[in-house]
Amino acid sequence: YPYIYNRDGTELHCLKEHGAVLKLQFLRNHFLLASINKFGQLRYQDVTMGEIVGNFRTGLGRTDVMRVNPFNGVVSLGHSGGTVTMWKPTTAAPLIKMLCHQGPVSALAFHPNGHLMATSGKECKIKIWDLRKYEVLQTLPGHAKTLDFSQKGLLAVGTGSFVQILGDFSGSHNYSRYMGHSMVKGYQIGKVSFRPYEDVLGIGHSMGWSSILVPGSGEPNFDSWVANPFETSKQRREKEVRSLLDKLPPETIMLNPSKIGTVREAKKKEKPTKQEREAEMEAAVEAVKGFVWKNKTKGRNKPSKKAKKKQELVAKAKRPFLDQQLKGEQS
Amino acid sequence: MKVKVISRSTDEFTRERSQDLQRVYHNYDPNLRPQEKAVEYVRALTAAKLEKIFARPFIGALDGHRDGISCMAKNPNYLKGFFSGSMDGDIRLWDIANRRTVCQYSGHQGAVRGLTVSTDGRILVSCGTDCTVKLWNVPVATLTDSDDSTDNSSEPLAVYVWKNSFWAVDHQWEGDLFATAGAQVDIWNHNRSQPINSFQWGTDTVISVRFNPAEPNVLATTASDRSITLYDLRMSSPARKVIMRTKSNSISWNPMEPMNFTAANEDCNCYSYDSRKLDEAKCVHMGHESAVMDIDYSPTGREFVTGSYDRTIRIFQYNGGRSREIYHTKRMQRVFCVKFSCDASYVISGSDDTNLRLWKAKASEQLGVLHPREQRKHAYHEAVKNRYKHLPEIKRIVRHRHLPKPIYKAASLRRTMMEAERRKAERRKAHSAPGSIVTEPVRKRRIIKEVE
Repeated sequence: YPYIYNRDGTELHCLKEHGAVLKLQFLRNHFLLASINKFGQLRYQDVTMGEIVGNFRTGLGRTDVMRVNPFNGVVSLGHSGGTVTMWKPTTAAPLIKMLCHQGPVSALAFHPNGHLMATSGKECKIKIWDLRKYEVLQTLPGHAKTLDFSQKGLLAVGTGSFVQILGDFSGSHNYSRYMGHSMVKGYQIGKVSFRPYEDVLGIGHSMGWSSILVPGSGEPNFDSWVANPFETSKQRREKEVRSLLDKLPPETIMLNPSKIGTVREAKKKEKPTKQEREAEMEAAVEAVKGFVWKNKTKGRNKPSKKAKKKQELVAKAKRPFLDQQLKGEQS
Repeated sequence: MKVKVISRSTDEFTRERSQDLQRVYHNYDPNLRPQEKAVEYVRALTAAKLEKIFARPFIGALDGHRDGISCMAKNPNYLKGFFSGSMDGDIRLWDIANRRTVCQYSGHQGAVRGLTVSTDGRILVSCGTDCTVKLWNVPVATLTDSDDSTDNSSEPLAVYVWKNSFWAVDHQWEGDLFATAGAQVDIWNHNRSQPINSFQWGTDTVISVRFNPAEPNVLATTASDRSITLYDLRMSSPARKVIMRTKSNSISWNPMEPMNFTAANEDCNCYSYDSRKLDEAKCVHMGHESAVMDIDYSPTGREFVTGSYDRTIRIFQYNGGRSREIYHTKRMQRVFCVKFSCDASYVISGSDDTNLRLWKAKASEQLGVLHPREQRKHAYHEAVKNRYKHLPEIKRIVRHRHLPKPIYKAASLRRTMMEAERRKAERRKAHSAPGSIVTEPVRKRRIIKEVE
């Protein structure tokens, strides 16, 4: 089970609904905790109120590769069939399902601008994808147990006890080797993570944690209203309250977040062809004719009256179709 | 080789003393702020809800009159001074800020039908059903002095008796002529005891009169023969007349676009006209459920307030068909006169229940002196609400107003009736020869003809 702890170490909550969780991710603006468990079930929980917002069976088996795209808030999972699926909390089916690798996907990372995704498969390939066209931009050879993008776009690849840092220096999404760092032979790297606003890469490995300096990986100019590394406790309290006021509802998670407030495209309704219309009219008439009449008593059951009533009903059923025809002819 | 890494020194980023301000750094890169539009949408939603929470438009009631209030006048030179005349002949000068009567003028025998103030704000002209026009002195000193609490009544400066009872009076915006409306339109000078000029077109009584704010010689009147007439003082006869289907109770000229005026009509609508082209209304403002009794424009020229027989006050935009705001109270009965204050922030209404009521023009406005941070926050809320006000959730909240049950029922009944009429007219048109039935736009429909 996942547990939530306090700053002092006291256990606050035990999240039983999530089950045996393999990976947790937090959506910052929406205050949603996303988890994937060993049965392949994806759960979203709102941590402010504690309600489960979404609970989906991915149907693609056990996976522990999960990453949140910071640009639009969608959670993407990498599966053992080589597919990467992207999910949002309001639909039970994945938004996107793309076949990325020929073997299982071992790691996943998103660039902060939301256009690039790096995936690595067990067949020794690292691919850089463009998320607007869902096409491969670059394929690099190499294993990767863990991937991470920095704020400035450098990609850290960790395998075994070796970390490679790649960067695109011409701006053309051509990632080339920038730096490499090998640790002591026995250490197995578990996860690499860039520190925001600093030129530091943190490496978590089997013997603990270490950090290396990577020049040019962090954003040097921070914005005090977004994230302030030097904030006082008063500022932190205010920031917490304001971020809670600006908490986004889970319906705002979409692939293209700039679509909010724009005009929805008008769906063109296809007009049924003449044959279809006639078929519909026939169907309506048949339905009316097939109606079973109740025989009236006390001398009110005259066959002429029944026939007249039937004719009226058939005419009534036909009228909307004829009106449509007239309108179509007029215009 | 020199390697450059980010290194920030804490003394640059933290303040030295606790009296110093915290330094704020900006980086406007959109990558640092994901999902900006969603955040703005949520803020717009909260801003709309906050606006509804803080919407308390009613400020206070000024009571003192002993009979229903029939007319009001605003003093162009003093924001705080308002005059009101009642049906029993009592005229009072009110200090709106302290909500008390400064001065009381008694002398009229019957109802006071019209009140107006001269250009310099020193003389009050009143006319009534007792066929007299009285000129009073406005005590300028006591208006500014707020400690004085005695109601002093004064004698009129001059009393002019004429042949017929008067229905309305209005003063030129720049000049010393005033016009009265009764059996005909009379133009008076302050010092003459008889009108210097008289206009008449037809035999019906003229109900209201208004001078144009920009052209001192142009005035508009409404008469009980359902017409609106334009006069020019330099000509010897009235200039132009438009006859409608129902009578207009009042007119107001737009102070910022002085060629346009809006007429408050008996058929629950207000019609805005361009005085140069009277064959078609510029805009029809719908919303009231009963006859609109009075109308007044805001000094910005962007909105006007109307008071109606259905016990509500509505604020419309100058070019909008539906009202922006509706004010009602259980105690407020038929509203006979409304005025917009000269600083465009307050609305004063005089009604049948002998009270003058003071309302805010913007219901959720914070009154008083605002801190610049508060001003910026209000401006931000307004801007973000305007950006997303067409989205359904926000539109629903911004548009929602609680209506009293009789008004709500009357509105839905009217809607069903108009829907039924519209549907029948549509069907008639659809089943007749194309081109034989012509639908007239609403702007033209209520006008019978224009007469030169």
